[in-house]
Amino acid sequence: MEKVILIKYGELTTKKGNRNFFIKNLYEMLKHKLKDYDVEIIKEMSRMEIIFTNDQLEEILPIIKHVFGIHKYHVAYKITTDLSVIKKQIINILDLVKFKTFKVEVKRSDKSFPMNSVELSKHLGGYILKNKPDIKVDVHNPDVIMHVEIKANNITYLYTNEYHGLGGYPVGSQPKALLMLSGGIDSPVSGYLAMKRGIKLEAVYFEALPHTSLQAREKVISLVKKLVTYTDKIILHIVPFTEIQEAIYKVAPHSYGITIMRRMMYRIMEQLANQRKAYAIVNGESIGQVASQTLTSMKVINEVTNLPIIRPVACLDKLEIIDIAKKIDTYDISILPYEDCCTIFVPKHPVINPNSEECLKIEQKYDFNNLIDDTLSKIKTITIKDQEEKQYEGLL
Amino acid sequence: MYLFFCYNNISVGGGKVIYLDYSATTPVNDEVLSSFIKVSKDYIGNANSLHKLGFESRNLMQSAEQQVLKLFKSLDKEVVFTSSASEANNLSIVGIAQKYPDRPKRIITTKLEHASVLNTVEYLKRMYDFEIEYVENDDNGQIDLIDLRRLLDKGALLVSITAVNSEVGIKQDLKSIKRILKDYPQTFLHVDGTQAVGKIPVDLTDIALFTCSAHKFFGLKGIGCLIKDKKVILEPLIHGGKSQSIYRSGTPAVSLIVSFAKALRLALENLDEKYQHVEKLSLLLKKELSTYPNIKINSNTFCIPHILNISIKGIKPETLIHSLEQYDCYVSTNTACSKDISSSKTLVAMHQPSQICTSSIRISLSYMTTENEIREFLKIFQKSYDALNFRNEEN
Repeated sequence: MEKVILIKYGELTTKKGNRNFFIKNLYEMLKHKLKDYDVEIIKEMSRMEIIFTNDQLEEILPIIKHVFGIHKYHVAYKITTDLSVIKKQIINILDLVKFKTFKVEVKRSDKSFPMNSVELSKHLGGYILKNKPDIKVDVHNPDVIMHVEIKANNITYLYTNEYHGLGGYPVGSQPKALLMLSGGIDSPVSGYLAMKRGIKLEAVYFEALPHTSLQAREKVISLVKKLVTYTDKIILHIVPFTEIQEAIYKVAPHSYGITIMRRMMYRIMEQLANQRKAYAIVNGESIGQVASQTLTSMKVINEVTNLPIIRPVACLDKLEIIDIAKKIDTYDISILPYEDCCTIFVPKHPVINPNSEECLKIEQKYDFNNLIDDTLSKIKTITIKDQEEKQYEGLL
Repeated sequence: MYLFFCYNNISVGGGKVIYLDYSATTPVNDEVLSSFIKVSKDYIGNANSLHKLGFESRNLMQSAEQQVLKLFKSLDKEVVFTSSASEANNLSIVGIAQKYPDRPKRIITTKLEHASVLNTVEYLKRMYDFEIEYVENDDNGQIDLIDLRRLLDKGALLVSITAVNSEVGIKQDLKSIKRILKDYPQTFLHVDGTQAVGKIPVDLTDIALFTCSAHKFFGLKGIGCLIKDKKVILEPLIHGGKSQSIYRSGTPAVSLIVSFAKALRLALENLDEKYQHVEKLSLLLKKELSTYPNIKINSNTFCIPHILNISIKGIKPETLIHSLEQYDCYVSTNTACSKDISSSKTLVAMHQPSQICTSSIRISLSYMTTENEIREFLKIFQKSYDALNFRNEEN
């Protein structure tokens, strides 16, 4: 019996007009993710089928688990539509499963098959009962569901398993956005959630060497490496932020330090977004979590840019964010104790309700525009790919 | 004179040899050695250091770790690098014995284990009152699964079983053993895979602790590893700062670790073809040696083809080894690691008569062995055999 993986789409099937576009995106992503494997991907309007060589299944399944736009997937046996073959194979399949109760679910798109779905489920259910001892039918809460899909071209799929995909839209079905990635818990989670909606991300890390360490940068790279498992590559921009921070520290009252710093970051983000043709800024701000994330702070900080700012975790509790961070395996990296540029100049009493005019007044005390241009010209960029960097290939 | 007849790849000090002792150790692969040298020269930082050189070393080391886990299809596990498989076995057994005081102080193992398992469990018995149970095995060396169940029913902390025995090459039915252990979730499984890795496929699922060593698969001597289930906790043997792993202190030997990863990758390439090659040569060797009336072939159908253990009635194995050595031809008595023991423990465990147990030699092959080497070996063997047998008859 030939084994295949059946991919069922999620939300994207509801997008009638754009359906082909989404399917194509999903197809390209799967093709990329599985390029090192000997697989064939067949795309159809309602689903995809992955044909693979047998020993690769264990490696392929976790990869599929990381692709957005998939609702469910199954490892199915693909056989010829023939009642006696179907009967024989469902017994073989059920021999591999431990269960006490079952039901048969038939989907028949090939209407030329002599029995309809209800008749066939009854027929197969009866056959299973006759051939396997000590089991019962339970249509409401069975231990195992024997799925039988009778398709065109004389092909039938049989399966009992069901894996949940990540849902969402395939990455690339939305244009690009820039993610502000600090190294904390919230921003990687925001990046994950943004990608889930199909956004293609580039990440931006503000670095304050030597106040922050290279380890902090490594930490951010490690986070990007986790995020990139959901896409093909993420470009990381490292912004040398030390001079701006030191200038702010000199001219701004300490209570306004963070507010001004965030405004400078957004200014840089906006210009970088223009350069990179990105349509939005994504960050990990969560309402009320710290002084710069109160609504009043957000408003004042937001004033410096016209780009949409997507805050996927804005309304989540810290514990909810942590749950997602653990699920996507970024939590353990995020809690490594290296200081980032936001925590290094933190004043004892940051302003909670900053004032726009006050900010503008402070910002006039220094030629920040020049400094921003200078900083933009010094951005370092690295590309992090999902498939292992070959930099050590010779050595390893 | 002999040099002209020998067509093989191994050279020692410029001269060519017939090396048939691959299960004792293998010559290092050139690519592996060049990685070792390159990393030793180019990555000078201590992988634990905070500065850039430290990162570079650590990043490389972590890539090597990931490669090893990936090659073992064990990305959900963790790897602890050690100096050898012996250390990895000690760490597994002694380490686990000290961390689970609430569980039974009983360890189940077999009589077919390597000394680094046997002597370690005996140490636990002597020093910490552990009860050591040895599973029965049949004359073929296959462990008795019913007896294993019986022992497990008494409660045990650990079952330690070698995937492939080092003296005779017996392969255990790990699939069935794992299936049985599923019924005993309180008992951990340790598998010594030293003689298996690079020779046969190994499946690490449901193995809490798996150990092996690079020099058995054309890596360097001085590096072994433990692939461990993340949930299992161990008391380290070597205490100190957190290093490559919290379970083993000491400055990470990055160049050795990288060489390990590379050796493993190369060893697992075309494993099937390499196996078939060795199998073919092993059959040839077996066929020829079984024509000798005084030779008993101890390796059976349960053994991997890489190891051929034979007993020669009336000839002392040491004498034969030294005779073969005159022709630059190298095989082993028992295993190289236990050269002082005159009777093969494995053969004793396989219920063989003492004459068989005290007269065994081990011929071990690898994918590098050629048919010419085997034919040449057989000629040399014939010469040595005739000479020694003649002496025996005279006496």
